Amino acid sequence: MNLQAVRAIYVFEMARTFRTLLQSIVSPVLSTSLYFVVFGAAIGSRIDEVEGVSYGAFIVPGLMMLSVLQQSVSNAAFGIYFPKFIGTIYELLSAPASFIEITAGYVLAAATKSLMIGLIILATSFAFVDISVQHPLWMLAFLVLTCLSFSLFGFIIGIWAQNFEQLQLVPLLIVTPLVFLGGSFYSISMLPPAWQTVTLFNPVVYLVSGFRWSFFGASDVPVVWSLLAIALFTALCVGVIAWIFRTGYRIRK
Amino acid sequence: MPDIVSITDLTKTYGSGFQALKSVSLDIRAGEILALLGPNGAGKTTLISTVCGITRPTSGRVTVGGHDILDDYRAARRLIGLVPQEITLEPFERVINTVRFSRGLFGLGPDDAHVERVLRQLSLWDKKDSKVVELSGGMKRRVLIAKALSHEPRVLFLDEPTAGVDVELRKDMWRVVADLKADGVTIILTTHYIEEAEAIADRIGIIAKGEILLVEDKAALLKRMGQKQMVIELQSPVNAVPDGLGDFDLDLGPEGTLVYTYDTRANRTGITKLLSALSGAGLTLRDVQTRQSSLEDIFVNLVKEDAA
Ligand SMILES: Nc1ncnc2c1ncn2[C@@H]1O[C@H](COP(=O)(O)OP(=O)(O)OP(=O)(O)O)[C@@H](O)[C@H]1O
Ligand SMILES: [Mg+2]
Repeated sequence: MNLQAVRAIYVFEMARTFRTLLQSIVSPVLSTSLYFVVFGAAIGSRIDEVEGVSYGAFIVPGLMMLSVLQQSVSNAAFGIYFPKFIGTIYELLSAPASFIEITAGYVLAAATKSLMIGLIILATSFAFVDISVQHPLWMLAFLVLTCLSFSLFGFIIGIWAQNFEQLQLVPLLIVTPLVFLGGSFYSISMLPPAWQTVTLFNPVVYLVSGFRWSFFGASDVPVVWSLLAIALFTALCVGVIAWIFRTGYRIRK
Repeated sequence: MPDIVSITDLTKTYGSGFQALKSVSLDIRAGEILALLGPNGAGKTTLISTVCGITRPTSGRVTVGGHDILDDYRAARRLIGLVPQEITLEPFERVINTVRFSRGLFGLGPDDAHVERVLRQLSLWDKKDSKVVELSGGMKRRVLIAKALSHEPRVLFLDEPTAGVDVELRKDMWRVVADLKADGVTIILTTHYIEEAEAIADRIGIIAKGEILLVEDKAALLKRMGQKQMVIELQSPVNAVPDGLGDFDLDLGPEGTLVYTYDTRANRTGITKLLSALSGAGLTLRDVQTRQSSLEDIFVNLVKEDAA
């Protein structure tokens, strides 16, 4: 194992994050606040409680997931797309490092950034609503696992993308709808039965459900399913990345 | 000297179907400076990129320090430093951090003393905290070299290191290259310029259309390069080299002319002697032309020989 390489990539990428720290933090904090105003205050005043939790508090896990998923995918995608775009990828390809080390460096850095943003959103929401986290360790575990698995996914997108439009396509066209339809702002049980079944094919449902359980102790699907879903998704991404590096797909001519 | 890089029957066909390398075999000796000369599109960058792991070989075998570049890529690549042809650098990062990054990427622990030494050697020390975007083109090229040297390579590939570089920097670079050679580093550089190869290389390889046409010691090749020809047109065309001129390097040219080949680097070219010998033989000159065999001619000749 070339752990120095992992460390070098991680440090380099984190430096990029800290260079642009303000804009990395301002926009999620701002959009979270907007969500609280629109969903929490305006709509929430008409919905009393969901599963025994005030609506404002109920949407906190979903809001965190929304940002964390978007951030993980786009950070990791950008992290590997940028060297490809400006040509510095030559150095990665000529380094004595395997795909495991290169992926680990970029994915850990992207996941760290989105983890920070997730926690900042949590902190922001304390300013708007009254919430307590029932299982803080599980909450952290779900958050970390989600950051990691979706950063892996983002890494794949970054390698696949051949221009900036494609880079933004997946977070915008796939991740955001899946999160919105994944029970971030409502409980699955509020849907008609037919839609409940359809929703079960949305992987984000399992993430949000498990994550919400760590906050409030109630979930749409069993917690074990949520963990399995993350494990499955992670395994799938790792498999695809291994294949990419073996075949050189879109990176090695 | 043992070979540190050994390339055997290497071919590369790009995804587009274009064959950029046609069965290239080349052995590079430990500690030498090898200049690869060739026109645009000859395959120089492709050859280097394949050895360094940036492009995949289509067939053939390459070892670096005895390690196969595919089966034992970690050991092979640890020995290699690459300065690419294109300037590709992370624009907003500070110089010293991009250099530290390269060192780590190649598996070496932080060593600020070494990084400082490299940056000083390339006159970059006072720019260490500048962002890459703030540097001039020549300085950026030096940063690329610093990155490659940060991980203490035993084999250094320089892909057109002097493209767009002023005389001063070029001299600096040759000084660095000489220092590296003194440390036993093997250096492979590509260039379009014969003078550059002449200034620095031990051996010169010529590559064109994906084939290595020759690899020769510099001295031998330059001797050939330095040859000039004088075409002598006589009042009355001849159909054989006239008697009494056998001592001169004379050939029969087209349309009854004589062609005299001489070395511009020699102390005496023999021209005066030849001219007097010609008039002694009763031959009258009509016209005289000289032409130098350029790198271009050598390419053309070599390619022709190759096709024959
Ligand atoms: N990615 C690619 N896909 C298809 N063809 C390529 C690719 N890269 C290079 N080639 C072709 O391979 C040939 C060799 O290119 P290469 O860059 O190795 O030449 P070179 O000797 O380095 O030239 P130069 O002196 O201009 O740098 C060229 O004809 C080029 O068009
Ligand atoms: Mg080139």
